[in-house]
Amino acid sequence: MEMDTRLQRRPLQLLLRYILLIALGLTFIMPFVWIVSTAFKPPSQVYTIPPQWLPRPAILTNFSQGWTILNFTRYTMNTLIITVLATLGILISSSLAAYGFARFKAPESAILFAIVISTMMLPSQVTLIPQYVLYSYLGWLNSFKPLILPSFFGVGAAFFIFLLRQFFRTIPRQLDEAAKIDGCGSLRIFLTIVLPLSQPALVTVVIFSVINNWNDFLNQLIYLNSDAKYTIAVGLSFFNSKYGPQQVNLLMAVAFLTLLPILVLFFAAQKYFVQGIVMTGLKG
Amino acid sequence: MKLRQISHSISRSEAAAFRLYILPWMIGFLVFTVGPMVYSLYLALTNTILGGSGHFIGLHNFIFMFTKDPLFYTSLVNTAYYAALSVPLGLLIAFVLALLLNMKMPGMALFRTVFYIPSVVNGVAVILLWGWIFNPSYGLLNYLLSIIGMKGPDWLANPASAMPAIIFMSLWTIGGPMVIFLASLQGIPAELFESADIDGAGWWTKTMRITIPSVSPVIFFNLILGLIGGLQVFNQAYILTNGGPLNATTTYVLNLFNYGFVYLKVGYGSALAWVLFIIILGLTLFIMRTSRRWVYYGET
Repeated sequence: MEMDTRLQRRPLQLLLRYILLIALGLTFIMPFVWIVSTAFKPPSQVYTIPPQWLPRPAILTNFSQGWTILNFTRYTMNTLIITVLATLGILISSSLAAYGFARFKAPESAILFAIVISTMMLPSQVTLIPQYVLYSYLGWLNSFKPLILPSFFGVGAAFFIFLLRQFFRTIPRQLDEAAKIDGCGSLRIFLTIVLPLSQPALVTVVIFSVINNWNDFLNQLIYLNSDAKYTIAVGLSFFNSKYGPQQVNLLMAVAFLTLLPILVLFFAAQKYFVQGIVMTGLKG
Repeated sequence: MKLRQISHSISRSEAAAFRLYILPWMIGFLVFTVGPMVYSLYLALTNTILGGSGHFIGLHNFIFMFTKDPLFYTSLVNTAYYAALSVPLGLLIAFVLALLLNMKMPGMALFRTVFYIPSVVNGVAVILLWGWIFNPSYGLLNYLLSIIGMKGPDWLANPASAMPAIIFMSLWTIGGPMVIFLASLQGIPAELFESADIDGAGWWTKTMRITIPSVSPVIFFNLILGLIGGLQVFNQAYILTNGGPLNATTTYVLNLFNYGFVYLKVGYGSALAWVLFIIILGLTLFIMRTSRRWVYYGET
């Protein structure tokens, strides 16, 4: 509010700010306009200078043609399976661990929590090769297992454990005590009191985990090596190396379609995004 | 005596509950992190080929890395180049955007969304989009440059411009640090600015003496996270240029990926991974140490 009054005294400064914001905003939007514009272009209008921003006629066939050149329906199903199951794993393992850290003390709990935090800084490449060797011994290569099962054991969940622990600690302990007097065990308290009250934090975890999995590339690239197992990310990269430069309108059409679910998720749950990021930045 | 026993048994059952709840994480930590790290250290001392056997060769991988592998230094320099530009520039842009957004006026939520969205959709699709933007003849960037009378290079095919192009696209995804900066700016007590106003301080003085010291903890946080991420840059280099042209975009992790998963030299690849780990750890500790001098945590 303090900014408010100072700026209202200086309308020129306010105007300047808006002009700058609009210019920067347009710059940030432009790549999106570019992808949409290209996605609707007939081949004859793709490679022109100056670019034709509004395709005439705008065609929809790029989407169906690009989608079926490779099996993107299958890739989308695969991505969904991995994303949903890995997110479920993250949700279970991180909330259990966070509950342990938030509500119970053991001689080693402080040091273990420090370890959880420090794994956030561990570059995943250090474990990439040995994990790959491990999974090849287990016969997990070219399956979704390496991309799903570790999440049930809290792999990649450090940030979420931290976030949920912070949130659980804000839930009054009196609620636990009252339930305990009524004869509830700690698991029942967790399921019927702590989790329902933590819905916003849990939604944040779900959203970030979905985005992480949807945008992941390196792990999927390493572990999936047959067309039947490919994900959207691997399929797009393959599409690009096979047809990319010649049929960029198809490539942009498919790329845009794969962005849509994430964009919808973002607009549906925007406040949880901001909340999640702010929690990391200010408490970390 | 009896009371003490009870409290002792309560704390014991509490410890048991703690161990039970963190058990899944603990198993995962041992099986998927500690175990592989130890194994990786062993692999780094062998010449193991994936799917084959290997022999213990002592520090030979590291000697080869430092004295013979030309790509080690190339990739190290490329990665340092990327991180040294993309991290500070990204933080600067994020901070400036946050400063601009930090007012209670209509439209701010919309602008925040616009600046934030690119970092949400930061996957392969967006990398391919940038590949098309960088197209030398028909791409958006060179078209925009031509409007102001400049002739843009063949961005991704020219060794001098390929890495700058990859750095440039990274500046589009600074939404995370921006939102953190913004929240931190909004947490600065208004009285600080009011008393500075009374003292007649100008905008610059207030920014340097109040704003920046107040947000220095999150500058520190964003810097560390940015560096850790920046040193691991891979996707853009793999998809857009596959390290080329002339290895101008062979990043450290791309080199590691090639050794481990293309040439299947997992022994040497593990050695590379450990060196990266030590570099990241060293840099993080260095920044933490110097941070005592420039990070301001308030009176408490």
